[in-house]
Amino acid sequence: MQLAVNIVVLTAIYALIACGYVLIYRVSRVLNLAHGELLMLSAYLLLWTASLFAGHPVAAIAAALGLSVAVGAMVYLFLLRNLTGEMALAAVLTTVALGVLLRGLTVIVWSAQQHYPAVPLGLANWAFALPGGARISLWAALLVATTLAVYASLFAFLRLGRWGMRMRAAGQNPLLAAQRGINLHAIYALAWSLSTLTGALAGMLIALDSGLGQTMAIIGLKAFPAALVGGLDSLAGALLGSFIVASAEVVLIHYVDPLLSEVIPFLVLIVVLMLRPWGLLGTREELDRV
Amino acid sequence: MSRRPRASGYFRTNYGEDLSLLPTRLERLALLGVLVVLLALPLLASPFLIDLAAQVCLAVIGALALMLLTGYAGQVSLGHAGLLAAGAFTVGILFKEFKAPFFVTLPAAAAVGALLGVVFGLPSLRVRGLYLAVSTLALNFLVAYLGGEYEARRGFSTGIIVDPPALAGMAVTDAKAWYLILLAAAVATLLLCANLLRARSGRAWAAIRANETVAQTLGIGVASYKLLAFVISSALTAVAGALFAYYRGFVSVEAFSLFLSIQYVAMIIIGGMGSLAGAILGALFVTLFPYAIEASLGALVGASAYAGLLFAVNATTFGAVMILFLVLEPQGLIGLWRRLQTYFLLWPFRHRPVGGARR
Repeated sequence: MQLAVNIVVLTAIYALIACGYVLIYRVSRVLNLAHGELLMLSAYLLLWTASLFAGHPVAAIAAALGLSVAVGAMVYLFLLRNLTGEMALAAVLTTVALGVLLRGLTVIVWSAQQHYPAVPLGLANWAFALPGGARISLWAALLVATTLAVYASLFAFLRLGRWGMRMRAAGQNPLLAAQRGINLHAIYALAWSLSTLTGALAGMLIALDSGLGQTMAIIGLKAFPAALVGGLDSLAGALLGSFIVASAEVVLIHYVDPLLSEVIPFLVLIVVLMLRPWGLLGTREELDRV
Repeated sequence: MSRRPRASGYFRTNYGEDLSLLPTRLERLALLGVLVVLLALPLLASPFLIDLAAQVCLAVIGALALMLLTGYAGQVSLGHAGLLAAGAFTVGILFKEFKAPFFVTLPAAAAVGALLGVVFGLPSLRVRGLYLAVSTLALNFLVAYLGGEYEARRGFSTGIIVDPPALAGMAVTDAKAWYLILLAAAVATLLLCANLLRARSGRAWAAIRANETVAQTLGIGVASYKLLAFVISSALTAVAGALFAYYRGFVSVEAFSLFLSIQYVAMIIIGGMGSLAGAILGALFVTLFPYAIEASLGALVGASAYAGLLFAVNATTFGAVMILFLVLEPQGLIGLWRRLQTYFLLWPFRHRPVGGARR
């Protein structure tokens, strides 16, 4: 039973992070390998706002979320926008470089120690007993709820709203979308903001649950296989991929070897790339875009 | 290799001249000068500089191998650290388990590298671009995990200690001897790469990079040449990893992080894609960069406050420099050099005549 709960929590973590990869890839065909570092930065921003608004958790979290959204938009406006028209790989490598930069920067500013943003906010972490003898911590439960809420609102946003439709159009055919009067730069910036927003939610909740350190960027990177397994351009795929990767990881760690934790997502990734490179629910023709 | 006509009026009139590596006397003289300086370095330089030069030589081997794969054959790899680790661990394991000597472990490392090259290369037959980068990234983690697992299982959790290799009955421990060995290895790698590139294989890779469909139409075996690029590049990289293991006398999975892969990719970007000289320049730049940062931090006021953060400062500036190159000068250092050349060739004009001589 505990195993099932662990799977659900890990699925939620991976899914919440993976949707950031999917959003950016689906809209702008850029693979953001700095996503892990960006969500780590958001968690550190929470640490900072927590010291500013000590004792006001809602204000601190809202401020940190706002800052994260601004960071996402700035990354697009100052970096990726300049790479329009370059080969896709240049954009990916730029995000890789950005990740290296952010890792260094967070250590310089906040040191490499483990931090606990929940402490200055005065928030405690309870563990609930679930039927069947399993336990789940308050923040993990919140994380699962957040993931569900985020996915529901993303689906609604992309399907129902005007901006969501613009985003889908930009993803399908940027040239036609631009000719219909859609401001591509605004759409891409919006995608980056949304992606860092969801990443920030994940980063903050993980930081509140289990503390904050340099390992968080690795969690972000491990969620990437989840996005790819499901198909990089499919939100539903990200959910499914997260479930597959998370269950494989939890089960194998429990029954085989805890050291495997670092590699299982990538093992699953290799298998999927060999058999069905476009992912379980992805679109096949995406593959030829180099 | 794309050769551009020179402004000096030197034009090639037959295929032999077109294929020659150093067509003009000035180039031959310049190379001779560089070689003399490189060979004289151990006599003049301090031990610290010799160690730096040896590190540069190691990086040059790895960067040349990656350049062959990415810059020429157009196959992206983010798994370079995994291949280096494979070479280093081959040496470590063969040494620890079988006491194997130098002349056994190096070919073994090359063989393991070649085998891994096939494994790394297989996804390239099905996927391209981003997806290929991602699958090599995944393999990088896999190799690192296997290395870590070996360390943990055999009780070398802090790393494997490798004795210095014995050449002609004597253990090579001297830094100067090491520098010369690594320099020879780097020069041999450079020659191998240059020759591969001016032969059939180089033309096939250029065609594959430009357009796979057209390459296939021209009768080039796309799959086999792709795999060949992966195999050669991986074998060279694994040898570099093996030499690294001997040079350091120590193998640990800690040394082969994702950051190392990124550094090698940075080398070929900063140096300039599609140029062997670029790979060498990039290796020089990236290897010396942390030392330059350290030196300049030491010159700043309140240096002691930063001492513990050296790695972080390094990473930050390194990321920033990489971004600057990607955004502002995608052609890298070699692009800067070419632009400078063009500037002087065209002087006093600023642009080439429209419709005039191509490039």
